Amino acid sequence: MTSQRTKILAVVAALALIAIVVPNTNSFVILLTTRALAFAILVMSLDLLLGFTGLASLGQAAYLGMGAYTTAILATRFQFGLGYDFWLVVLLGTAFGAALAAVFGLLAIRATRVYFLMITLALGQCVWGLAYRWNSLTGGDNGINLRQRPKFGIDLANEVTFFYLVLAFFAASLLALFVLVKSPFGRSLTGIREQELRMRVLGYNTWLHKYIAFVIAGAFGGLSGVLWAHTAGIVSPENVVLTTSVDALLMAVLGGAGTLVGGVIGAFIVFFLREYLSTVVWWWQYVLGSVYVLTILYLPGGLMSIPALIRQRRGGAGPKRGSTEA
Amino acid sequence: MDVRFWLIQAFNGISYGALLFLVGSGLSLIFGVMRIVNLSHGSYFLLGGYIALTVIWTTGSWLLALPVAALAVALLGLLMERIFLRPLGFDPLRQVLLTVGFAFLFQQAALDIWTGNNFDINPPDALSRSVQVGGLFLPLYRIFMIATALVIGIVLWLVMEKTRMGAAVRATVDDAPMARGVGIDTSRISMFIFALGAFLAGLGGVIGGGFLSIYPGLDFEILPLAFAVVIIGGMGSLGGAAIGALLVGLADNFGKALFPEISYFTLYAPMALILAVKPTGLFGRE
Repeated sequence: MTSQRTKILAVVAALALIAIVVPNTNSFVILLTTRALAFAILVMSLDLLLGFTGLASLGQAAYLGMGAYTTAILATRFQFGLGYDFWLVVLLGTAFGAALAAVFGLLAIRATRVYFLMITLALGQCVWGLAYRWNSLTGGDNGINLRQRPKFGIDLANEVTFFYLVLAFFAASLLALFVLVKSPFGRSLTGIREQELRMRVLGYNTWLHKYIAFVIAGAFGGLSGVLWAHTAGIVSPENVVLTTSVDALLMAVLGGAGTLVGGVIGAFIVFFLREYLSTVVWWWQYVLGSVYVLTILYLPGGLMSIPALIRQRRGGAGPKRGSTEA
Repeated sequence: MDVRFWLIQAFNGISYGALLFLVGSGLSLIFGVMRIVNLSHGSYFLLGGYIALTVIWTTGSWLLALPVAALAVALLGLLMERIFLRPLGFDPLRQVLLTVGFAFLFQQAALDIWTGNNFDINPPDALSRSVQVGGLFLPLYRIFMIATALVIGIVLWLVMEKTRMGAAVRATVDDAPMARGVGIDTSRISMFIFALGAFLAGLGGVIGGGFLSIYPGLDFEILPLAFAVVIIGGMGSLGGAAIGALLVGLADNFGKALFPEISYFTLYAPMALILAVKPTGLFGRE
């Protein structure tokens, strides 16, 4: 498929452009881009559930929290993960995210549609409750400050170096998830999204498919948490609060669910609106809220569906992207 | 930890439960009738409190603030349902996201109009005293909260069980297409229930402002608690909401007093377990 190849080339070109342009801008833009990229891994993990499996999770921040708190606690309590052992922390954070999802998935996967939304909300609140209240472990409301970034041959305190590291992790995650959704396993997930009953009749163990997707999403959530902890320099209950999960969900839908890169675009738009626009005008949150509301009302396929819509307008019978449902 | 501790904590838990009933019952009815997970329900609570503040600042009357704030929020809910939610049709995810979008807009609007300060809604002096019951000093205001929830609960129950309107609502909860089939105007019912839910949340905001105080962020603090009420009680069930509110109120109070470090966990973990075992809640109907 040539259109497929064009899309891949476009994404690679965009990543290359980011890699070249961003380090030559000011430190504000570098920091913002780094944040957006780290968070975008979480949004993509959510998109695996939302866009490809048809499971709308309202508790995805829990996995980011798992990775982030793991990183912060190891770094501040045990001085662990500040040298070459950073790579171990990456593995641990990812594994803990997956482990948490493996436990939560046992409870959540059976639920469908709105009930899945509610149960993931409840599970997310469990993690938030612990982060908020378990003072002796998590520092409670104040959170945990990470005083330094890892240093191993390269010094991640350098913002450009750190930016490249996050970009690399992001690109690797995007590639891994892309390969995953194009694999036979990914195809079956899409089948479950469209017609779960039919898939079950065809002999697929749909529960197991959904469960595995849920655990994989948890793993990427954990990874994004590890990066987030070092990006922000502080881990607090705000990272696992309901609104963070909601943010991730909105970013995925804003960009276009079921597209992976759509979530990244959503993340960039929201981060730039929130952190750049807020320094310029006081009414930035109206802009953000309106963007959400208008997208949901008039652009259910998200920003990524715009090219297809334009093609349709022009009269070409471009492939219609199915809207995603809960 | 003597008997008095348990009595006082139980009393506090019950009165908090009374407040949660006001927020949760509306949310439960909205979900039952429309299958909408309304994430702007916390905003209704917060806006109710803020509007009451404005009424109190301009007229000085707390008693007037109660109905005015609740009705204003009801109107807001009604408009939201008619203009934005109804045209979306039945698409749970988009509906949920739309209500979040509005929650963010309300948050900003509240910040602009009422600033980011903490405000107390001071009830009239007559309610600010304490009464002595069997050696315990109980704040009259909390007794008022319990009484309000009781009255509203009974009125709601009577309307739902004894009137034609209530029967139509119950029919819509049980099977909306069938209800439409026998000539019930489910669209009108949805509008009515959404406004009612917003009304109750707004009322809760005024009353809750008396002891929680009103501040930015309260909307998303009260929202998960309201969901806990709905989920434990069962979605669309009034009696369930009452029991759910009582359980959540007590669990929250005793949790914070007895195991402060895991108090929220002790609240939300049972909620998740109940959902996993029985998605429609303890008293929900299939």
